[in-house]
Order: sequence, then structure tokens, then C-alpha cells
Amino acid sequence: MDVELLIGIFPQVLLDGIILGFMYALIALGYTMVYGVLEFINFAHSEIFIVGAFVGVEVMLGLKSVGLLEGLPWPVVLILVLLAGMAGSGLLAITVERVAYRPLRNAPRLIPLISAIGISFFLQDMIRLFESLWRNAFNLVYPTIDVLNLRFELTETLDVSVKSLVVIVGALLMLWALHLIVNRTKVGTAIRAVAEDQAAASLMGIDVNRIISLTFLIGGAMGGAAGVLFGVQYGLINPYSGFIPGLKAFTAAVLGGIGNIPGAMVGGLVLGLLEAFAASYLSLLTGGAFGAEYKDILAFSLLILILIFRPKGLLGEVVRERA
Amino acid sequence: MIQALVSVGLVAGSALAVATFPRSVLVFLLFQGSLLFVYRARIPERLRWALLAAALLVLMPVIGYFNSYYLEVATQVGIFVALALGLNIVVGLAGLLDLGYVAFFAVGAYSWAIVGSPHANIIFGGGFPLAGWWFYVFLLVGLAVAATTGILLGLPVLRLHGDYLAIVTLGFGEVIRVLANNLDKPINFTNGPKGITPISRPPTPFGLPYGEYFYFLALLIVVAVVVVNRRLEDSHIGRAWEAIREDELAARAMGVPLVRMKLMAFACGASFAGVMGVLFSAKQIFINPESFTFLESIGVLAMVILGGMGSIPGAIVGATVVTVLNLQVLKGFSLWLNELKNAGVTVLGYSLADLPTQFEPAKYERMVFGIILVLMMIFRPQGIFPARRRQRELGG
Repeated sequence: MDVELLIGIFPQVLLDGIILGFMYALIALGYTMVYGVLEFINFAHSEIFIVGAFVGVEVMLGLKSVGLLEGLPWPVVLILVLLAGMAGSGLLAITVERVAYRPLRNAPRLIPLISAIGISFFLQDMIRLFESLWRNAFNLVYPTIDVLNLRFELTETLDVSVKSLVVIVGALLMLWALHLIVNRTKVGTAIRAVAEDQAAASLMGIDVNRIISLTFLIGGAMGGAAGVLFGVQYGLINPYSGFIPGLKAFTAAVLGGIGNIPGAMVGGLVLGLLEAFAASYLSLLTGGAFGAEYKDILAFSLLILILIFRPKGLLGEVVRERA
Repeated sequence: MIQALVSVGLVAGSALAVATFPRSVLVFLLFQGSLLFVYRARIPERLRWALLAAALLVLMPVIGYFNSYYLEVATQVGIFVALALGLNIVVGLAGLLDLGYVAFFAVGAYSWAIVGSPHANIIFGGGFPLAGWWFYVFLLVGLAVAATTGILLGLPVLRLHGDYLAIVTLGFGEVIRVLANNLDKPINFTNGPKGITPISRPPTPFGLPYGEYFYFLALLIVVAVVVVNRRLEDSHIGRAWEAIREDELAARAMGVPLVRMKLMAFACGASFAGVMGVLFSAKQIFINPESFTFLESIGVLAMVILGGMGSIPGAIVGATVVTVLNLQVLKGFSLWLNELKNAGVTVLGYSLADLPTQFEPAKYERMVFGIILVLMMIFRPQGIFPARRRQRELGG
């Protein structure tokens, strides 16, 4: 075994893991916030995430067609695209809640979950239908901005591209903003109150429906931001590419303790790192017998193990069972 | 009396129509509709079963003789009916939402595919494929392997409830698919994404063509599955499942052995899928992991939900409707649209020839499943044909 190689690639793998981890963390927030207030898995969140990526690519292609992609300074372009992706995903999340979840709020537990699965499938094909009619293609590529592809060589074996830095900084800003909203504002207090006890919150004069919509808006916007960052980082998107990251992000949310916001961040990072290391080291350590393909199995096995042995997740939020 | 006459007339008439217009999808749908009418009509039981038997045992193979595609559709419907009935046990009766059901189908399919093709020589040395008659043995082996897999999945997840269980079974389905995709090394078990082919078929009795043979075999298995389902539903096992579905705590207090009953539900549901998997691999000659995706699991779930959770006729109707929708209606719509496009038809001043080439209605089965799931949950969660016991509980 080539120990030097194993050590040599370590920093690069660590960096890749952190980027992936922040992406998962941003998506996981959507799952965890909705679970916090409604105790229900918003299965369609993976599509809300990928819709953000599609809104982003449409805005970028639109800017490109009028020549502004090169004309505007690149941070402005990025902020525009991010805001558009967040708005698109957030509004979609509210609409989905209004149409498919609210009528089922008092139904038995499995009913809204099945409805959410239906919405997820419906949205995948809706994106495909729309892009097929509009662009005659549903596998889209993010237009490149040259600055983003610049790479800095930090050491001999480690280099960082500008877009990776953008992803990390963007994700950190989002997480910080969310932290402020939830913990320092009146609205955030209301969200926490609804999560704690809906009936009591409504007795205190909180409009529960409005807060639930708001939760979907914030969770959706985080997902949309993650979608744009995903597109910027990996380039190629299609209507079905939200599914696996969504499932992984859900795993991250459970890993950190579902319903727990810091937990989602920690869970995302842990899962991202684990996957990056599995992807690079598995085939090296097993002499090529098991390759990077097994990282998905690793993630799902991890999910099963946590649910069996530590259903509260790493940060120990108590998971309530609704009858 | 009138209904009896209408029933006979409908079946005979639609069969005649199919014979006259062997390529019309609408006429074939009429034939299927007449079967449903016969099933629901107030007619003497003997007449009902005679008509259904005549339609399924005689008319359908005759139709298939003229147009083998319809026989293929009917066989597919049979496969999915068995799958829907199996999932119906897990989801409908026991109330355990399984989102990875297709994994058991895959396990059954691969169990015959590996030993029924020359591929097994790579793993075990020489002597393969096994002779065709082993297929019948493997119908049972597939059943046993799938049931064991069901128990293996059931054991660790017994403590989970509701949506957590759903997500874990989803993960399990993905794991099986990833394994099928990647177990071509270090030892080549599944031949990876390239799939396994050629898979041997059994010798057919009476020199039946394979189309008819697989149709009758599927029908036979479906009948067996329906009988088993009926017997289970009214047994103490079925009652225990429904008790667990309604209230786990109360069921336990009443002395229902939760662990054994839940494992039994997983094993029973899985075993039907295993048998059909073996049949599927022999019918297709070729299988690869693409046939066992999450989409298939959700498709089967949509069938159960459309028909009515826990209802046997519901599962049959749901499976038929969804399969026919996918195989015939969507495909027919695509073909029709293409013809219009090539003929240069314009609608409201818009030339259909300008439709983007990427727009293919046949590819939108996810949308169909999605719409079915959401609409049924919002407007009729009990399904088209609600289970009788549930109907009684809810007072109609």
C-alpha cells in the first residue's frame, strides 16, 4: 500500500468533503425545519432544491443572451443568481405546502408522506416538461465564468478553485443568516414556539398557518441557494439529479438529530467528509475491489445504523413520536 | 337479469370488436372495462365466474394470437397485479410503508438469471446454465430467497415507525440496486450495468408459444396469490396485521406478537415479488439493474393506493389501470402526436411540427404516478375500491 499517496491526497479529500458537507447542510436545513414544525418528512424537498439550480441556470443563460454575463462584475452575477434561485425555490415550497400538505394536516401520518412523494415525482417531470418545451433539452450546463475556474495552489498537492471558495463562503453566510433569523428575531421565536407546541403557540396569538408557510419559505430558500451552489460547483444538472443529494441530506438531518438546526449542519459536514473519504480511499485501501460507487451504500447503512442505535441523532434532540 | 344480459353482451361484443379491430387501443380498453363491469355487476355468481374465466382463459389468448402485443400487456398486468398484491399486504394490511419493494422483485429475478444463464460459469466453474425445468424449482427458490431477504430487512427495522421506516426501506431498495450495479467485481455476480443475458426459458407444455405460455403462468400465479391473500386476510394473521396498522400499542396489549407478525408481513409481501421476479427474468431473457429502480417501487405503491390500501380487488384494478396507462395510453398518445406532427397538422395556428423533439409523452410516467398519489391522498385516501372491513369500520 502506498502510504505516502494516502497521506498526500488527504488535504484535497478533506476540502472536497467540506464542500460537499456544506451543500448537504444547506439542503438538510429544509428537511429539519419542516420536521421541526410539522413532524413530517418533506419528501419533495429534493426537487425544491433542484428547482433552485434550474432557476439559477435560466437566469445565467438569460444574462448571457443579453450579454450581461460578461458585462456585470462576477460577484453581482452570483448574488443575482443566488437570490433568484432562493426566491424560486422558496415560493415553490410555499405553493407545495398550500396545495398538497395543508389539506392533509390532520390526516394519519403516512398520508402526507405519500402526497409528498407524489409531489416529488410530479415536479421532476414538470421541470423536464418545461425545459423540453422551452429549450428542447433538459440536461443543462451552467455557463462558465472564467474567474470562478481560477485555482490557487496552496501546497503541492492541494489547490482551491474560486468556485469552491464561493460555495464555502456562500454556505457559511446562509447558515449565519439562518441562525440570526431563528434565534434573534420575533419571527424566529414564533417558529420555535410553533415547533414546540402548535396549540399553545396559537393561543399566544401566533398565526400558525403563516408561520408554517414561513418555515417552508425559509427552508425552501436555503434549498434553492444550495441548488445554485450545486450548479456552480458541479456544472451539469438534470431534473432527476436532486433525488440522491436530497436523500443524503435527509440522512444528514437524521444524523444530526432531526428537528435540530445546528444538528443539520453538523450532520451535513460529517456525512460530506465521510463520503469524500470513502470515495477516495475505499478503492485504494481494498486494492480496487470496492470503488467509489459504494459511498451511497455507506451513507444509507449509516442512516439505518443511526436510526436503530441512536434515533436521537448526534446532537441528541428528542424525537417525538406522533400517534 | 338485465345486468346479466348486459354482462354477456359486453364481454362477447368487446371480444368481437377486438377481433375486428385488432390494433385499436380503445377497443382493448373496452374489453378490460367489460371485465370490471362483470366483476361488479349484480349477476349470479356462477355466471360471473364463467364469464371471467371465458374472457381470461379463452378470449385473451385468442386476442393475443392476432396481436401479440396485447398478450404482452396482459402478462405485464399480471406481473404487476402480483406485485401490488404483495405490497398490499405490507402497506395495506400491516400499515408498514415500504418504499423499496422492488428490491425483492430484483432478488427473485437475479436468483434465476444467474443460474439460468451461462453467466454462472464465471462464479461456480462449469455446468451452467441449468436445464430449463429447473425454472419451476426456482419459482420456489426465488420465493424463499425473497422471503428471507424480507426477514433480513425486517429484523433491524422492527423498532422504526411510520416515515422513518419508509425512508429506511427506500435506502434498502437503493442499496440492492447499487449492489446489482457494482457486484461485477471483485467476483462477478451480477455483471454490473451490462446485465445478464441470455436467461434460459423452461420447455413449454403442449408446444405453446412463449407469449401464451408466460401469460398463462402469470395468470396462474396471480390466482394463487389472490387465493393466499383472501385466506390470509380472514385468518388470525390478517386480523393481527390490521390491528397493528390501526394501533400498535393496543394490538400489543391484546397479545398480538408484534415481532413475528411484522416479519411475517415482510416475508409474505416479499415472496410474491420473488416468484414474479423469477418469471420476469425468464420472460425477458435479459435483465439489468435498470428494471429495479425506485421508480418501479413507487409505481407499485401508486397501484396499491389507487385501488385502495388493504383491498384485494382494489390492488388488481389499480395495477391494471396504472400498467395500461403506462404501456398503452401514454405510448398511444406519443404515437398519435408523432403522426399528427408528421402530417403537419396545426392546432389554433400552431404547427405541431414545431413541437420540440425532446417532448415525448411516453416518458412522463413519473408525472402520472405523482398525480395519482397526490390526488388520491387529498380526495379519496381510501382508494377506488376501499377494503370491505375498513368500509364497515368507517360506517360506509
